[in-house]
Amino acid sequence: MGVEVLAMSTDSRFVHKMWQEQELSKMVEGGVPFPMLSDAGGKIGAIYGIYDDAAGVDIRGRFIIDPDFVIRAMEVLTPEVGRNPDELVRQVKAYQHVAATGEVTPSGWQPGEVTLTPGPDLVGRVWEIWKP
Amino acid sequence: MPKMKDGCVKPARGPILEAAESTTPTGKALPREVGKMQARVGAEAPDFEANAFVAGEGFKPVRLSAYRGKWIVLCFYPGDFTFV
Repeated sequence: MGVEVLAMSTDSRFVHKMWQEQELSKMVEGGVPFPMLSDAGGKIGAIYGIYDDAAGVDIRGRFIIDPDFVIRAMEVLTPEVGRNPDELVRQVKAYQHVAATGEVTPSGWQPGEVTLTPGPDLVGRVWEIWKP
Repeated sequence: MPKMKDGCVKPARGPILEAAESTTPTGKALPREVGKMQARVGAEAPDFEANAFVAGEGFKPVRLSAYRGKWIVLCFYPGDFTFV
């Protein structure tokens, strides 16, 4: 897929290093391979709309940014529930397919499944092509 | 891993608001105001620079726009050593 992952919290880069060495490297062999960024003071989280002022932390915000530097998708969760990486991968593959073909992907689309090509001929006939 | 030489405090630029002249796909520039949410789907990502720890490399500043031209997944999370 060729995706660059960046992780960010309000922790310092020093804490990131310790977390990697003390815990993450025991979950993932060699530790997580992506940069762990420090959002000092939550200023970056604030402009991304995911900084919790009262708690002083960035909540679970996830952004897919395309090669033109345009945000394609965002997902924001309160901290208690973890994310679903399968859905992230699905969305990235769908956006990459759309970028490559100009087709659009219906609900729940997985690679290899039917896509749609918007246009006058498709109006009222989606049911003939897409069988959920 | 290269030797990590680093002071206790190292400023990073944080949000970089000079990108105000950048345009969305609709051609409309978004207002850039410090501290206000600026991220919108379909609009250009707000740029920033942050200090980072990178496995195998050490400490270095990372600027989001350095990844322009690639697909990027940017993930925020509440904190290291937490539970979920």
